[in-house]
Amino acid sequence: MSILVDKDTRLLVQGVTGREGTFHTRQAIEYGTTVVAGVTPGKGGRIHEGVPVFDTVAEARRATGANASTVFVPPAFAADAIMEAADAGVELVVCIAEGVPTLDMVRVMRFLESRPTRLVGPNCPGIISPGRAKVGIMPGHIHREGPVGVVSRSGTLTYEAVGQLTARGIGQSTAVGIGGDPIIGTPFIDAIRLFEADPETEAIVMMGEIGGTAEEDAARFVREHVRKPVVGFICGQTAPPGRRMGHAGAIIAGGAGTAAEKMKAMEDAGIRVVRSPADIGAAVSSVLG
Amino acid sequence: MKIHEYQAKAILARYGVRVPRGEVAHTAAEARASAASIGGRVVVKAQIHAGGRGKGGGVRLAAGPDEAERIADEILGMMLVTHQTGAEGRRVGKVLIEEGLDIRNELYLGIVIDRKAGLPVLMASTEGGMDIEAVAAATPEKILKEPVVPGIGLQDFQARKLAFGLGLGGRVALDAARFMTALYRAFEDTDASLAEINPFLVTGDDAVYALDAKMNFDDNALGRHPDIRELRDLDEEEPLEVEAGRHGLNYIKLDGNVGCMVNGAGLAMATMDIIKLAGGNPANFLDVGGGANAEQVENAFRILLADESVSAVLVNIFGGIMRCDVVATGVVAAARKLGVAVPVVVRLEGTNAAEAQRILRESGLRFVVADGMGDAARKAVAAA
Repeated sequence: MSILVDKDTRLLVQGVTGREGTFHTRQAIEYGTTVVAGVTPGKGGRIHEGVPVFDTVAEARRATGANASTVFVPPAFAADAIMEAADAGVELVVCIAEGVPTLDMVRVMRFLESRPTRLVGPNCPGIISPGRAKVGIMPGHIHREGPVGVVSRSGTLTYEAVGQLTARGIGQSTAVGIGGDPIIGTPFIDAIRLFEADPETEAIVMMGEIGGTAEEDAARFVREHVRKPVVGFICGQTAPPGRRMGHAGAIIAGGAGTAAEKMKAMEDAGIRVVRSPADIGAAVSSVLG
Repeated sequence: MKIHEYQAKAILARYGVRVPRGEVAHTAAEARASAASIGGRVVVKAQIHAGGRGKGGGVRLAAGPDEAERIADEILGMMLVTHQTGAEGRRVGKVLIEEGLDIRNELYLGIVIDRKAGLPVLMASTEGGMDIEAVAAATPEKILKEPVVPGIGLQDFQARKLAFGLGLGGRVALDAARFMTALYRAFEDTDASLAEINPFLVTGDDAVYALDAKMNFDDNALGRHPDIRELRDLDEEEPLEVEAGRHGLNYIKLDGNVGCMVNGAGLAMATMDIIKLAGGNPANFLDVGGGANAEQVENAFRILLADESVSAVLVNIFGGIMRCDVVATGVVAAARKLGVAVPVVVRLEGTNAAEAQRILRESGLRFVVADGMGDAARKAVAAA
């Protein structure tokens, strides 16, 4: 088992004929993901990277039974692409794009409220269930199958944690990058709830960062509902207040959203919080026993 | 992106938000002329991108043109220090000359995006002119809130609810409600990330005004607002950060001496943290991004070395799509070209890491190769 993506994932790529879309479609196929369709409006009817291209998501879904989509369109058009996929009934939409305007995301979240689609991202590396499916831009080869669920707001920091686990011979059930923006489709709580319910996942790693209160919310959820061991890390412990640290959502505003507050909330919830990002692998080893 | 008070007021006025009559002056002579044309008492307000200007001596009352000229002469060119500028302060390049108003009541209005609700929220408080964050911390019940759904917009009843909630009555309350509706329209139309009126003023003759105005904008939406993008004032920004931005690099200058170059914002923050844990201090945050090439790496090196306090550099790259051998080639080229004199600790992990190590070893340059983040941080701090 794993969460969100697996061998049954039938992937559709929005923006398939673009540079990023082309590259990552090839990578996903090489990894073994079942890529069934691509969508680029105006380029329907072609075959690209061995994948049939459609003009609309609805058409692509009807023809291929796609149940997941990755969005590789430029950020200004990402909201539209997400809503198109949701309107077509695609169950899972993963939006990689960084730089989606915040008010666009506000509108997207309202649009999704009345629909069953789950959005992951934007501004995220995507989702990988090692050995089964890769829906995103992460390097597949650093992962291996195993019992640890990883959820993170950052891309390369997720790779760092996965790299440490794999180096210790510890594999991952699924690694989910939820994204570094202030408004995202899948918060920590949702990913952690799925990992708690997944029989293959034995431990959870959550990597947060400064800004917002999603980590505090997740900590409360962990205290009340999670029995599996959780290891946590928060980056930005040394970040100055009032500055946006790369990610649109990584900002300490009005004294709120500090790493110290988050780490305390997580420790209070029984999460094993490491100070140093180099200690994630060792902490997981020790909670797995 | 931040803009000046006078720019925010010009935008808001277009949406029907009432602002005091005013003009921008770059010289004392212009200040005098503006004061004369406005007439009566005026306020001279320093225009910098920082709050707390009044307490720092950057907002002063003048009885007429003579005094306005004298005060403008003192304020223009001064290094204004506020709680938001840091100790060195910010140089004042222009002042806003505004009509003096008869203040009866100072209130607060602000719109931000509430991350948890995923919606813009309009906040109103009777505690105008105060630091609203302090009010929120000490007496959260004094802040009234109304969430707003973009597209539907702030409804009249919501605005009335806030206006009456502030204790206003009769015609003033209805004027205040219209003011709020206009403020919200400006916020949504311009993709603002913050619109704050503090204080929101009621005058002795029952008129409502934006006495101060602050607007910040969503950087990710500036592409569809070329008019707002033009309002950017580069004099208000750290020159190295501006230069980095031109090359698509995300750089923030900090106080320490260990320069860092990292791919990805989260890993870049984590690298700063681990430098601190190793007993050192990071000189900067620098994210070279996911698709960085040799040229980007060279730009990054040039920018972080332009900070003279940097006495060692830590390169921390986790290669995914970005291949480590490409980064290593860039690091070697940059070190040669720029004649890097400080120790450079390099940690490369992920795609093609072994090949990258070989490139560094065979370069003939003296890189310190590190194994893992912990080792890299210790070596960089020791070398700094």
